[in-house]
Amino acid sequence: MNFERIREKLNILADAAKYDVSCSSSGSKRTNTNKGLGDSSGMGICHSYTEDGRCISLLKILLTNHCIFDCAYCVSRKSNDIKRAGFKIQEVVDLTINFYRRNYIEGLFLSSGIFSSPDYTMERLIAVARKLRLEENFNGYIHLKSIPGCSDELMKEAGLYADRLSINIEIPTVSGLKLLAPEKDHKDFIKPMETVKNNIAIYKSEKKLLRSTPVYAPAGQSTQMIVGATGESDKDIMYSAVHYYSTYKMKRVYYSGYVPVLEDNRLPALGTEVPMLRENRLYQTDWLLRFYGFDVRELLNKDHPNLDVDIDPKLSWALRNLHLFPVDINKADKRMLARIPGLGMKSVYKILNARKYRKLNWEHLKAIGIAMNRAKYFMVCDSKDWERRDLEPQRIKSMILQSSQSKYQKMYNQQLQLF
Amino acid sequence: MTRLVYDETFEGLLTAIFQVYEERLQQVTIIPETDLQPDFFSEDVTVYTDTGKADRVWRGLKPFSLLRQMIYKAYLREASGAENTILEAVRYVLKTKNEKDYGHPAILQLANWTKEVGREKHRMEAFVRFKRAQDDTYIAVIEPDFNVLPLIAKHFKSRYADQVFMIYDLKRNYGIYYDLQKVDFINLDSERLKNLDAITHEEEKCYDVMWQDYFKSTGIKSRVNKKLHLRHVPKRYWKYLNEKNPY
Ligand code: SF4
Repeated sequence: MNFERIREKLNILADAAKYDVSCSSSGSKRTNTNKGLGDSSGMGICHSYTEDGRCISLLKILLTNHCIFDCAYCVSRKSNDIKRAGFKIQEVVDLTINFYRRNYIEGLFLSSGIFSSPDYTMERLIAVARKLRLEENFNGYIHLKSIPGCSDELMKEAGLYADRLSINIEIPTVSGLKLLAPEKDHKDFIKPMETVKNNIAIYKSEKKLLRSTPVYAPAGQSTQMIVGATGESDKDIMYSAVHYYSTYKMKRVYYSGYVPVLEDNRLPALGTEVPMLRENRLYQTDWLLRFYGFDVRELLNKDHPNLDVDIDPKLSWALRNLHLFPVDINKADKRMLARIPGLGMKSVYKILNARKYRKLNWEHLKAIGIAMNRAKYFMVCDSKDWERRDLEPQRIKSMILQSSQSKYQKMYNQQLQLF
Repeated sequence: MTRLVYDETFEGLLTAIFQVYEERLQQVTIIPETDLQPDFFSEDVTVYTDTGKADRVWRGLKPFSLLRQMIYKAYLREASGAENTILEAVRYVLKTKNEKDYGHPAILQLANWTKEVGREKHRMEAFVRFKRAQDDTYIAVIEPDFNVLPLIAKHFKSRYADQVFMIYDLKRNYGIYYDLQKVDFINLDSERLKNLDAITHEEEKCYDVMWQDYFKSTGIKSRVNKKLHLRHVPKRYWKYLNEKNPY
């Protein structure tokens, strides 16, 4: 092994891959049955965290950063003057195995710039995965990037080795894509998604008839959208997300605040702050949709096309719907409990459990660890003590903001000053 | 007041609980032998650990699988006084059958300890860093807050089925060793484990360095958030994380 050479490639190709935020390694159920290496049946583990606080779970690299395209938002674009490198297939296999054996990672997340053609590139990605599975007996997690425009046959093969497949839509609106990646066709992104979705369904139904049917992308597919590159609204982003969740059965949609990497008059200038708070609000919205039974139209609509910056989306919704509160926590159903600002699903389950044995009052709620500073304005319990004043939404909001030290406070003070 | 003095093994603790029921002790505390301080007002009784009795208690608690889980983890939590909280919870659950009543202080306490131990288990599954030795054994050293080795063995065995490995808890001076067939507990001279470099494989340095490089390149500078980073990777764990100890 030429250590110094590989080391240099790793530095270049990890650096180029880091803007893809997905690092999930869960949901695969691939067990170690062949006495081989690795097991992906668990929850997915973060083996470390970057200094920006993101989970490190996979070895996330590009096979190469050579690319024939010139997408404006991408560091690897053809016209960007940077160092280029490319791994050999065996080099990626060896790195993955050796990192995995030392318990550094859960597996590999392999993406690539597009060299010669989409199919040629996709074939190389598949070759790495195939080698890991068939020659190295590797049962760790493999996430492959689908290359826009590659053939259905290749997508079909990719899913036989990969746990997850993803293709990043990157730009949430078709018009934005035209502007920033004129050589790329929206359809080239959609087709692999469609193929993967159909294959997952086919293999699943075959598995029901014949147990020996191999699994196909057991951890499903995901996509990513860049936030804040093209002036899209939160409504644009979340309505797209809902579309991808429902039409293509996405496991996850990721939102990635745009990090200015190069000067281009179509994009925010270098040095523009990464919209991390906005990104965070989008993730909160995503959770409310997936786990809290909200409909996207309740949170974002014509009258309310952007999320509030200073408060979270659930609180914002509650303040617009005060007529539904206060909620009696000893009687309300799960759906309504989940809508109380400040109550997470864990708290909801704790309440449902605890109230089987006794009527809950404030003391009980505190004892089981419910954080009250937001919730108290929106609920009643077994106590004569509760917020009786008919408060205006604005007033509740300011009382809550005063009592909570948001970790983002500094940031939105800064951002608000801009207006 | 009776004080049941036990040998700090899990079986010992269960034997002590057996004794409480058998002798219908009301005013009783269970204490580990190393904590034993003379107390003029109490009568000390030594518990002789008996697997048969321990088994009977364990089987008696079978309908309460959640409680059993919590008891074992609370024991591994090594909190002082945990024995009596466990006893109290056992009494309450056997009487009321409500193992999920988190309104009861002893149950709530066990649930919290269980959560803490669970978190530590998860951390160790993440933070163990193996070094490859010259004889191809993969060796890791840890110092977890709580005694989680028995809990993580299964995870590592199924993950590294084809790799001989050892994980050693320096704080408690014992380890687990997997020989490609089964996992055993072992005791070693812990001094020798403090300097692993002498026995590591020559390629170890390369992967060590590349992992540190990778850690650096995968971070995004314009997003740095040290506070969040520290919350996920508290400083006390850095000692054995190679990415936090650059060459
Ligand atoms: S095709 Fe992919 S790698 Fe190439 S410039 Fe566009 S986004 Fe970047």
